[in-house]
Amino acid sequence: MSDKSAASAAFKQVMRQYGGIFLSLIILCVIFSVANQRFMSVANFLNILQQVSVIAIAAFGMTWVILLGEIDLSIGSIIAVAGMVGAQCFAFGLGFAPALSLTLVAGALLGLVNGVLTAKLLLPSFIVTVATMGIYRGMVSLPTNGAPAMIMEPSWTAIGTQSFIGIPIVIWVVAVLFLFNHILLSKTKFGRRAYLTGGNKEAAHYSGIKVDSLKIVIFMISGVMAAISGILLSSRLFSAQTNAGMSYELDAIAAAVLGGTSLAGGVGTMIGTLIGALIIGVLNNGMNMLSVPYFYQLIVKGLVILIAVYLDVRSKRAKQ
Amino acid sequence: METASVRSHADTGWFSAAMCRIRKKKCQAVAKRPALSVKGDVVTISGDNAVLEIKDMTKVFGAVTALKDMQLSVKSGRVHTILGENGAGKSTLMKILAGVYQPTSGSILLDGQPYAPTSPQDAARAGLTIVFQELSLCNNMTVAENILATREPSRGGFINDKALVRKAAELVKELGLPVSVTTRVGDLSIAQRQLVEIAKGLSIEAKVVILDEPTSSLSDSEAEILFEIIARLKARGVAVIYISHRMEEIMRLSDDITVVRDGNYITTRDKTEVTIAELIALMVGRDMNEIYPAREVAAPATTKGPVLAVKGLSRGDEFENVSFEVRPGEILGFFGLIGSGRSEVMNTLFGIARASAGTVAIDGKEVTIASPVDAISRGIGFATENRKEEGLVLGHSVESNISMVALNRFSSPLGFLKRRSERQAANAEVDRLAIKTASLDISAGSLSGGNQQKIVLAKWLLTQPKILILDEPTRGVDVGAKFEIYKIIRQLAAEGTAILLVSSELPEVIGMSDRVVVMSEGKVTAIADPDQMTPEKIMSFATGFTS
Repeated sequence: MSDKSAASAAFKQVMRQYGGIFLSLIILCVIFSVANQRFMSVANFLNILQQVSVIAIAAFGMTWVILLGEIDLSIGSIIAVAGMVGAQCFAFGLGFAPALSLTLVAGALLGLVNGVLTAKLLLPSFIVTVATMGIYRGMVSLPTNGAPAMIMEPSWTAIGTQSFIGIPIVIWVVAVLFLFNHILLSKTKFGRRAYLTGGNKEAAHYSGIKVDSLKIVIFMISGVMAAISGILLSSRLFSAQTNAGMSYELDAIAAAVLGGTSLAGGVGTMIGTLIGALIIGVLNNGMNMLSVPYFYQLIVKGLVILIAVYLDVRSKRAKQ
Repeated sequence: METASVRSHADTGWFSAAMCRIRKKKCQAVAKRPALSVKGDVVTISGDNAVLEIKDMTKVFGAVTALKDMQLSVKSGRVHTILGENGAGKSTLMKILAGVYQPTSGSILLDGQPYAPTSPQDAARAGLTIVFQELSLCNNMTVAENILATREPSRGGFINDKALVRKAAELVKELGLPVSVTTRVGDLSIAQRQLVEIAKGLSIEAKVVILDEPTSSLSDSEAEILFEIIARLKARGVAVIYISHRMEEIMRLSDDITVVRDGNYITTRDKTEVTIAELIALMVGRDMNEIYPAREVAAPATTKGPVLAVKGLSRGDEFENVSFEVRPGEILGFFGLIGSGRSEVMNTLFGIARASAGTVAIDGKEVTIASPVDAISRGIGFATENRKEEGLVLGHSVESNISMVALNRFSSPLGFLKRRSERQAANAEVDRLAIKTASLDISAGSLSGGNQQKIVLAKWLLTQPKILILDEPTRGVDVGAKFEIYKIIRQLAAEGTAILLVSSELPEVIGMSDRVVVMSEGKVTAIADPDQMTPEKIMSFATGFTS
């Protein structure tokens, strides 16, 4: 009984906070279910989750950065770098664990560069990451002169293709990373400091928060999340593509903003971002099932983002 | 001549002026009434007729009645002060007049016409200008561009830069502002920006001008400039509605004073018929025998060693060779005019800026303070003068603002927050400091100035500082909350905290401090003991006129 009431209280809380966005997600699902009977099935739902996994994980990292009032446009390039680092590791005969570690370290290092340039040299993160977006994208092609690199290592490709207890490993990874980021953001001192700093950098500095280090760490989190996205993508494709993850940063930003993260900083949650990523996933999947031509998909996606954000902003304004 | 530049670009002004010129004879005929006078070719109205009349106005927000049966009658050529504690309903009233809110019931007449503006632009068109206390200037644009924003002289959509600068310069000259119109606003001091903000508000010819705490960040000499401007407005027949918490200033400027309390209209008095003590009593609804609470514990003995000893501290051309000591439990006042370097010294002590020379010793040990993190770990707390910019995260909850600095106390070794103990501590501070807030979860920005300031105090108190720097702790705070803040400061000192109290209000510094460090142009000119702590002496040290 108390469990049930706690659950309903939690549901109400989610509805209050994410009402507009949650409603948008449900409306989209209803529309696609009516249009195509195969849409509403467990298999398709798992399919959506799988498709959205790369964006969702990158969006978790993006949420941290936006929360701080910054932006990271280089994550699409980091996704590609991660795949290439993995491929090169196997080409040099390394095993799964070292390859995985090196890939994650690469993501962290690229994030570190963004963070140091932003926090220590006081350059705007938009400019820094526009520049590193290009630099990192170029670096992907260095080992292969622009050619894709095959990855035949079974342990690596298993991530994108195998299941664990009937659920694709990719979805497990999303779930674990969601929980990790959600807890880190909402239950720890680190998360609180990120919120405070995003809300008012000056006040945070005067209150003894090490704003610079916090910024650097958060850009590193963004880099690592993008690297994990890159691992998932390359494992699904059995290869590292030089144009992998192209423009994924925009989808990640869209997911975070759809989920209520404020570009001004200080406001946002991982639950919101997850819902935002699902909206993008449902849209892609639903329209593909209805064989909507790609260019129409772009138009519809843009319009849905505008409408969903408008609904959310309006419902929040009404509450005030 | 005085009004020529103003009239020429005000969108309503030219019309009424033109109409008056046409009807000059008629106007002069009417001018036989004592209220009307003609100056040059501009008709000014002064005397008894109310230009703005509010009757039985009520404003309800949901379940809260912010204003109840408000009455107000503002006359041309007079300064009408609205006096009330923060939260008394002044802001709501001003926002209704500015067209931001619409009243729930009641009527407003402006110049005898029903007045129901739906936006500040609407209000300006009807002849009512409001200068808000929050700065609304674009820092990257020049003074001229800001003053004439949206009303730039232009032809075919292209701005005429020469005319823009000329018009703005005329206006600035007329108002007597000590700024160049081609300076970028961001390069001005906060006080100068405030004057520019006022100039911007006054560039629209208005029948009624509302000034909302215009002097809160002005030094005395800059305030004088403002008072000059107000005198000119009065002479021109403009009605000025004035909001301030500084009683001396109110007594000096006002002609009429209306007191509001808890959303209710209390009374309107002529300035000559009322005293400061009476006004305070009317405002807080109780007698206030003293403005500064007395020391309950004697000032600490001089035999006690200093908790903080500063020797020869210098920083570039901001301040030089600053030395002083403060003992536990002592309240050391810091007085100086704007630009004297007081705040810069405090910033350096707290590690925001680095000293170029000198030493700082805490508890007899020399320390290096390179960042706020260092300062906090040495037991220093710093409530800065800009609470909105540097003190609070306005959009976040009262609770997370209070726990902000002492977050380590509310987290496990692994970094997980202990929400329950955080909430308990925040609740305890809210009780101890009597912070008026509906809950711990509402945003800090939704509270009144006095309560926001108490939150800033609360967040430092949680760190149990040995040394607490309070820079202008009562700026923009109403009288009732001021008294409570003074009591808190006394209480802290009684508990052994050394307090550095920086203030530009002389009575406050004298009333609260055990000793006063006086600064002028970056140097300490005196450290005044109680027997030297008279306003005249301290002011003479602060202005550098010492014999």
